[in-house]
Amino acid sequence: MGESAAYIYLEDGTVLRGEPFGSASVKTGELIFTTAMNGYPESLSDPSYKGQVMIMTHPLIGNYGVPEKMLQHGILHNFESESMQVEGLIISELTQSSKWNGRLNLSDWLSSEGIPGIQGIDTRMLTKKVRDNGVMRCVISTTGEISDPAGTMGGDYNAINFVELASPKEPIIHNSGKGNIVVVDCGVKHGILRSLSGMGYNVVRVPYDYSADKISSFGPAGVVYSNGPGNPNLLAKTAESLRELSEYRIPIMGICLGHQMAGLAFGGRVRKMKFGHRAVNKAVVDTITKKAYITTHNHGFAMTREDVPGEGRIWFMSPDDDVVEGVIYEKSNAITTQFHPEARPGTNDAGFIFGMFGNMIKKDRGSRYG
Amino acid sequence: MASQERRKVLVIGSGPVKIGEAAEFDYSASQALKALREEGYESIVLNSNVATVQTSHEMADKVYLLPVTAYFVEKVIQKERPWGILIGFGGQSALNIGVELSKNGTFSKYDVNVLGTAISGIEAALSRDIFRETMKQHGIPIPRSASARSRDVAMKAAESIGYPVMMRVSFNLGGRGSAVLWSEKELDAEIGRAFAQSAVGEILLEKYLFGWKEIEYEVVRDHIGNCAVTACIENLDPMGVHTGDSVSVTPAQTLDNYEFQQMRSTAIRVAEAIGLVGECNVQFALSPDSYEFYVIETNPRMSRSSALASKATGYPLAYVSAKLALKHRLYDIKNNVSKSTTAFFEPSLDYITIKMPKWNMSKFDFVSNSIGTEMKSIGEIMSIGRNFEEAMQKAVRMLDINGEDGLVGGSVYTSALKRPEIEAALKGKRPYWFLYAAKAFRDGMSIDEVYSLTQIDRFFLKKVKALVDAYEARAPDGDERYLKLKAQGFSDRQLGSESRRSITIKQIDTLAGEWPAATNYLYTTGVGGEDDIGTKTGKRKLLVLGAGVFRIGVSVEFDYGAVALARSAKKYFDEVSILNCNPETVSTDWDRVDKLYFDELTEETITNIHAKEGFESVATFTGGQIGNNLSVALEKRGMKLFGTAAKSIDSAENRDSFSKLLERLNIRQADWTSAASYSDIKAFIERFGFPVIIRPSYVISGSAMKIANNMDELESYLKAATRLSRKHPSVISSFIGEGIETELDCASDGKSVIGVPLCHIEEAGVHSGDATMMTPYLDGDSSSRMKEIALVLANELSIKGPFNIQFIVKNNEALVIELNLRASRSMPFSSKATGISLMDHAVSGIMGRFEWNGFREPEHGAFAVKSSQFSWGQLKGAYPFLGPEMRSTGESASFGKTLGSALVKSWLGAQPNAIPKKAALVYGNTDRGILKEAADALARNISVYTLDSAPMHNHHTVDADKALRLMDSRGIDMVVTNSDLRGIDYHIRRRAVDMNIPLVLNARLGRALAESMFDSEMDCLEMREYWTGK
Repeated sequence: MGESAAYIYLEDGTVLRGEPFGSASVKTGELIFTTAMNGYPESLSDPSYKGQVMIMTHPLIGNYGVPEKMLQHGILHNFESESMQVEGLIISELTQSSKWNGRLNLSDWLSSEGIPGIQGIDTRMLTKKVRDNGVMRCVISTTGEISDPAGTMGGDYNAINFVELASPKEPIIHNSGKGNIVVVDCGVKHGILRSLSGMGYNVVRVPYDYSADKISSFGPAGVVYSNGPGNPNLLAKTAESLRELSEYRIPIMGICLGHQMAGLAFGGRVRKMKFGHRAVNKAVVDTITKKAYITTHNHGFAMTREDVPGEGRIWFMSPDDDVVEGVIYEKSNAITTQFHPEARPGTNDAGFIFGMFGNMIKKDRGSRYG
Repeated sequence: MASQERRKVLVIGSGPVKIGEAAEFDYSASQALKALREEGYESIVLNSNVATVQTSHEMADKVYLLPVTAYFVEKVIQKERPWGILIGFGGQSALNIGVELSKNGTFSKYDVNVLGTAISGIEAALSRDIFRETMKQHGIPIPRSASARSRDVAMKAAESIGYPVMMRVSFNLGGRGSAVLWSEKELDAEIGRAFAQSAVGEILLEKYLFGWKEIEYEVVRDHIGNCAVTACIENLDPMGVHTGDSVSVTPAQTLDNYEFQQMRSTAIRVAEAIGLVGECNVQFALSPDSYEFYVIETNPRMSRSSALASKATGYPLAYVSAKLALKHRLYDIKNNVSKSTTAFFEPSLDYITIKMPKWNMSKFDFVSNSIGTEMKSIGEIMSIGRNFEEAMQKAVRMLDINGEDGLVGGSVYTSALKRPEIEAALKGKRPYWFLYAAKAFRDGMSIDEVYSLTQIDRFFLKKVKALVDAYEARAPDGDERYLKLKAQGFSDRQLGSESRRSITIKQIDTLAGEWPAATNYLYTTGVGGEDDIGTKTGKRKLLVLGAGVFRIGVSVEFDYGAVALARSAKKYFDEVSILNCNPETVSTDWDRVDKLYFDELTEETITNIHAKEGFESVATFTGGQIGNNLSVALEKRGMKLFGTAAKSIDSAENRDSFSKLLERLNIRQADWTSAASYSDIKAFIERFGFPVIIRPSYVISGSAMKIANNMDELESYLKAATRLSRKHPSVISSFIGEGIETELDCASDGKSVIGVPLCHIEEAGVHSGDATMMTPYLDGDSSSRMKEIALVLANELSIKGPFNIQFIVKNNEALVIELNLRASRSMPFSSKATGISLMDHAVSGIMGRFEWNGFREPEHGAFAVKSSQFSWGQLKGAYPFLGPEMRSTGESASFGKTLGSALVKSWLGAQPNAIPKKAALVYGNTDRGILKEAADALARNISVYTLDSAPMHNHHTVDADKALRLMDSRGIDMVVTNSDLRGIDYHIRRRAVDMNIPLVLNARLGRALAESMFDSEMDCLEMREYWTGK
């Protein structure tokens, strides 16, 4: 260190010093961690992390560099959005890549996106702090010490509508097939878009606060409520459109934030967790078939058993705690998962859920047009 | 289970430690036994490996010390009538027997359920042919390949695949018989040996994927099809190096999410295709410059890599696998590290582990010193660090290679090797490539140059180079610079620096800190600032040192000692910790002790941990060679040794002072002199003549111990001995040829002694670790003198704890050879032979007084014999012979109502021993009378040939060529010879081991076997039944 230093300031007064990389800047955000051991290009570009500073618990990050963006129909194959979404990155060691498809080193990617990174931090200690104290606000500076970290941190993160920042202002259409699936885009991951386009439909992304009427104007075969950052309880309009669409029994799929939106739309309750599920190694058990899957989780809010609205039938549970990981709303023709069936990063185990959604659409079309 | 009558489950062990099948199977079967006990089953274990933890009543309800062969497994099934059998916890040996007994109807005859993966699935994995077809049916990518059961088919197949081809062998382990072949000529030369290595005579030829990366996944699957992939291991060495001989890192470091998940999903499909219930590993070849990959093979059983993966991740694969075999669902099994989550998850690691193999090539003559498709390493270690450099440097130190204090700065690094020699070492795949890579970077070679020689991913080579750069620029003055070097894993000795900072203790919790851990599975690191655990508690604490990396002479028997010690000591201490770095062991099972430190067994690390923990005592006597060497240093650092003081250990280990001590105590020994001065040596030789034996100090397994017959030999051997043991002078003694070698395995409280006398079948001059041992030893005069000597030495040196004395008995007189103040190799055998625990006595002797005065010998209910397992077949080219330096890799034992029965069963317990059916070849130039008696005894049952160059009279003489042909056609199915005849029989001995023909290398053993092999009753009793003499 010596020549230049970077700092992290936490809400509880903790100050840590490390080595800077990436952009020279000061950022604030909610401090969270992920225990995924690889897949950093996907994680860092995941819009669900908007407003957050990420600790990666695996000590070596950057090993295979950052690949060239691969696009098809405007959908990214190897990133979750067009830009880096986190506010900052905290790791133990930044490594130099030597992989055949690595185009950039991780540090250069952070620089080009204006995001600061810190290495040389005891990330395990920091992770345990977040685990034990719950998520905290923090400031990350790669331009030296700052004088008023507490003032820089800003107010209550739960009150900020991060979806507003992550959602498109106008519809975006990916012409990848026939018929439309509308994605209510609260900060959708391209992994979801890719899975949907792979089903043979056009994918239409609309702003998170679009009304049911506006959504219907695309004649959707199905509607997906996407993942996204922040507090679901701030998104009354989104819950409203979901509830209205469900009255027409249009097949609905909810993923992560979308799962929470459905819970709220049907009268359930969604609460902030002490520390969220942020990993790619988590089990969910299908309560009907007893089959279990290793899945990707990234949520700081959740429903527990008693929070599920009356209509919902619990589909997936986490065997490790009381978190409801999936709900089926039969009457409303909706399925939702708190975990990410598209993974990225993570296993392909739950990809079949898109297939189920596809079958719901086919069945629905059959009943409507057949 | 609770309401039913207790069901019996038989667990098949893996037999003696051999290259490719080692202590990892003691760990896995022990875990299975633990799971069975938890579930309320009655557990029965069959294993001839007496040195294991699993063959004890602490682990299993019943123990059968019998050869791991279909014959004996059936005998035990007949007697016990078990409800179920577990064949996936005893390596390839157990699995092959399971397939055999299933196919011949034994399991259905006795109504035994095969628990876990069905036999059909096992066959689909083990038969290269069925595997290939199964993978094709499931659309799983495999390299272009063909299987063959004859030479012609094989040659044609290779032609159509195109050279180079990789030849693999069905139903075997350690890659025996496999090779990379670059031409028709090479294939032609190797193929005979390959067929001989397959249990079913089948080989596979596949396109050799030169320079591709090798990746392994560990998959668990329950009976309803739930799957988790608990580890991904990345080999640094490319395809073509046996995975057991590869340096590997967990978790994988160079895979992106896409390829990681593609291969993971494929691994699950492989598990589904073979109907896995339990655990398997799946090996992949991955292109170094694209996303292309192939499945290479799967092992539907516990393996070396599953033991490694368990230790690397904290996920107990064997335990979980046993529960899965008993039809538990994955998410119903608890995660025993967190205690709050389930076993249905995939561990996340916030640290790096590196596995490195240890080779012992220097012990073998003519052995090919190149690493390839056949496994040659004898042990392995795993290092844990918070970065790659730290883990790498720790790993090198853990290997305990003479003169290497880390990856850089050691003897290779500072050597005068020239660039062509470095290149040859790297390209020729000499052991420990990383030392040569560091040397190459130091001498200015580039990453690309080293890559083109080794095909090791540049990511790792960059890390090696980073260490070279850091070392060359080192300046450990100034705290920040010092800390930075410490964070790269440099030891103080490597830096030539005083220690200025203690380490940080981190916990392995399987979830990267996401959940609190309830288990103290720990490592230390120079990276990071906060300890995960509190250490200063005012408790009474004991630290037990494990034996570290296994090598010839230090193996599972020391692990048995460490485990037994930790268990016994728990009565006297509030907290017992183990420090060890060997992933194959039971002692590194975090459930066994209050704290497990998985770390270096070095003075610096122990001192650092001690500074935090404040141990009351540190036990070194189960630490094998490493513990031995550390005792004095640790005591100097202010630690209190558990048991005998370092001063006493020094006076026993230092040959010179020990010989003087014996003189003072009027205890007889062979005539001797210190090898300190040339004039002394000369005077000694003039007085006593040759042969003499050179004995270096502070070595186990007789490293550099040689018998010299003339001055030239003496001088060259002395040089080697001095190199090995610089600090302590060697001793030269007269070699007593005709004596019987005996031993006492003892424990003492400083006054009284309990001990078991043992006697070797082979004459003095064969290392005790290679000799066949038996007990009871019934020679009254010499045995009472041995016991007297034990008492005198115990009192003189205030011996508290375990010790072993070796004697030569000649003309009824016992001469002392050496005293070892530590757990001996034979201690598990002595204990189990007599039904006592010498380790329990050792601990109570350290903590208090025995209830008796004088020498106590436990009662013997039966005869017990221990035999040696050699791994010549695995060590291509090595000349098989016995001498004062140990070369066996493991041991088997059995008990019997007669000595003959114990001997034959014990011998049959080592592979590939079997009772000959056709003919034996008996020849030799020494001990000819004894060989003749062996030949005559054999001739009463089978044909006997002898060799024209060293003939036995009255037997059919053949020349070497004829003998080789007979061996090839199995017309000869046993070879008995004596001493070192490399001038005349190199090819005969090699052919025997390459063709899996039993080879007896000692006349006395040959005679003893010949006399009892054909008519001994093969009694098969449980261990306790032998103790009570029923």
